[in-house]
Amino acid sequence: MHRDDLGARLGMWIFIFTEILLFGGLFLVYAVMRHRYSDEFHQAAHQLNAFIGTLNTVALLLSSATVAMSITAVQKGEKRMGVLFIPITLVCAGIFLFNKYLEWGHKISIGLYPGSDMMIGLKHGYILFFSLYFFMTGLHMLHLVVGSIILTIIMVRIQTGSINAGRITLLENGGLYWHLVDLIWIFLFPLLYLIT
Amino acid sequence: MAETTTHSYLENTGRYKGLLSWLTTTDHKRIGLMYMWAMMVFFLVGVILGEIMRLELFRPGQQFFNAQTYNGIFTIHGIIMIFTVVIPGLAAVFGNFSMPLLIGAHDVAFPRLNLFSWYLFIAGAAIALASQFMGNGPPDTGWTFYAPYSTQTHTNVVAAVFGAFVLGFSSILTGLNFIVTIHRLRAPGMTFFKMPLFPWSIYATAWIQVLATPIVGITLLMIIAERWFRIGFFDPSLGGDPILYQHLFWIYSHPAVYIMILPAMGVITEIIPTFSQKRIYGYRAIAMSSLAIAGVGYFVWAHHMFTSGISTTERWIFSLLTFLVAIPSAIKVFNWVGTMYKGSISLKPPFIFALGFIFLFMIGGLTGLVQGSLATDIHVHDTAFVVAHFHYIVFGGVGFAFFAALHYWYPKMFGRMYNFRRANIAFAFMFIGFNLLYFPQFILGLMGMPRRYFDYLPQFTAGQQISAVGGWLLLVGIIIMLVNLFSKKGAKAPDNPWGGKTLEWTIPSPPTVENFENIPEVTEQPYNYD
Repeated sequence: MHRDDLGARLGMWIFIFTEILLFGGLFLVYAVMRHRYSDEFHQAAHQLNAFIGTLNTVALLLSSATVAMSITAVQKGEKRMGVLFIPITLVCAGIFLFNKYLEWGHKISIGLYPGSDMMIGLKHGYILFFSLYFFMTGLHMLHLVVGSIILTIIMVRIQTGSINAGRITLLENGGLYWHLVDLIWIFLFPLLYLIT
Repeated sequence: MAETTTHSYLENTGRYKGLLSWLTTTDHKRIGLMYMWAMMVFFLVGVILGEIMRLELFRPGQQFFNAQTYNGIFTIHGIIMIFTVVIPGLAAVFGNFSMPLLIGAHDVAFPRLNLFSWYLFIAGAAIALASQFMGNGPPDTGWTFYAPYSTQTHTNVVAAVFGAFVLGFSSILTGLNFIVTIHRLRAPGMTFFKMPLFPWSIYATAWIQVLATPIVGITLLMIIAERWFRIGFFDPSLGGDPILYQHLFWIYSHPAVYIMILPAMGVITEIIPTFSQKRIYGYRAIAMSSLAIAGVGYFVWAHHMFTSGISTTERWIFSLLTFLVAIPSAIKVFNWVGTMYKGSISLKPPFIFALGFIFLFMIGGLTGLVQGSLATDIHVHDTAFVVAHFHYIVFGGVGFAFFAALHYWYPKMFGRMYNFRRANIAFAFMFIGFNLLYFPQFILGLMGMPRRYFDYLPQFTAGQQISAVGGWLLLVGIIIMLVNLFSKKGAKAPDNPWGGKTLEWTIPSPPTVENFENIPEVTEQPYNYD
């Protein structure tokens, strides 16, 4: 079989559609519940720390930039730079995950998590807001971890030379996936943190 | 030219021998067959479960097992038949085996991903089946997993739901693979409007698979989260909404009906011109109606919910859209009949199965409109009428089209012919048995027999017994068909046993590993019989 780079990219874009639709189901639930309990959603959002959220947004935007830089470096044949930008991306992802660990850890320590006794006693809008918060950010984090694993594999491949200026599709597709993960956060951040 | 390319794909030429050479194959034809073997096992399990239910319903009251067992059986019957047989069905088997041949390709775009999809399919099916034997007993929710019951029952719903999720993932990857294949690997000169109509239907199907399946994926994850963590999305006591679950579920599961039926229509569209030796009537109308069904079919889901408490506005809009989606289906039937008109018809088994399809599909389709109109739906909702309707579509439609496709492409798949007379006898048993089995259910439904009930009033006894007898005849027909096809080797098949004009008939039966020694140059419309 001959290689078909355009076909591989087309496949990746279709896969990205499916990911957006996967989160789309959650956005739909969010929209319905926000409409039904708009006041309570409004108040519940105050519980989230917009500073940490902003920090995470910056970290992810930066990570998207460094992935794009890695692609450009490999395109220009600068293998060393291409490899170097990936760990920077992964560090940004690590910062994001660490902050999320702090946020989730804090909420769980005060008993604010789905199924807890405290949560069951809250108003309906609060319950649904925090359930959505955990579900959406949890699924997003899972994607971030998967993306990190993919980028690690790609980094090794650049190092060994199987990804190079002539065979760059895997890196580009990995980059597309990473941008998707970033993009989903760009929607989650205002929906959960900023509408207060 | 390398030696391997002239070998039949059925011979082992790779690194491994025997079973391993199949389990590691990336050949689209072998993967198609592997789907078929797996599905045939699931299908027979589903059939046996169905027959067991019919036996239980032979008389009013309890015969062999209790109501809870009955609930478990109709649930797993639905899960197996819907998620592992009819949804992947024709798309996975013949989309894999035939579609690349019809467009003049060596393989699908992503052969390794294709094998991975098969493994996901097997894993998902295994998880769904395991739900029967693990935890607190078989799930009893019905295949729809309606909340809030599915979030509260003590039975093992999580495994079944997760199995369905994995099967959905397999379906998405298959659809993605087919879209890219059709965009990138058509033979030179084969524009979209010179492409045969089976690949057209696979193309429309693949878009539904890609665009609808993620919604049910996330919904099934919500059910799992609801059970494990009480997230409350569908639980009224926590502020959630069970109707929301129904919306999310049917946003996928109605288009899923078109995932099943579109490839079936595509197969029929291949068979009818071949056995009429006549150019297809209304090529573009058929191609476009596939896309129209896929497009409009995406927006009819709430017709499953007319009695669930949705607003009147929602009801008439979805009723209207449901009537609209009937139009492209009717266009297809019209064009099939138009193709036969003044054709040189040869009544071989694939054509007879195709005729059976048209007859059964029309009954299924027209009774669908009874439920699509608001007033009559109130009467027949959740009765045996619905059971009859969707079995006419998914078994009478998809099932018979599958058997038609199997009889049509069998010589290409295995390089052998089969006994026509026995195939016709099998058809007769199946066709008569099928109608005896399901037609009485229409009448019972109109009389008030609810679906999914373990027991019934004495006045329904005669109808239920006719159904049971029909079920036995159908089973006999299936057994005759399978024995005829798979018990012993028939005569060697010629390359083009039916006089077809599409590309798969220009290559040897069975095809070589690479399908085409040289990719053909396409200059004409398909079905050029004139």
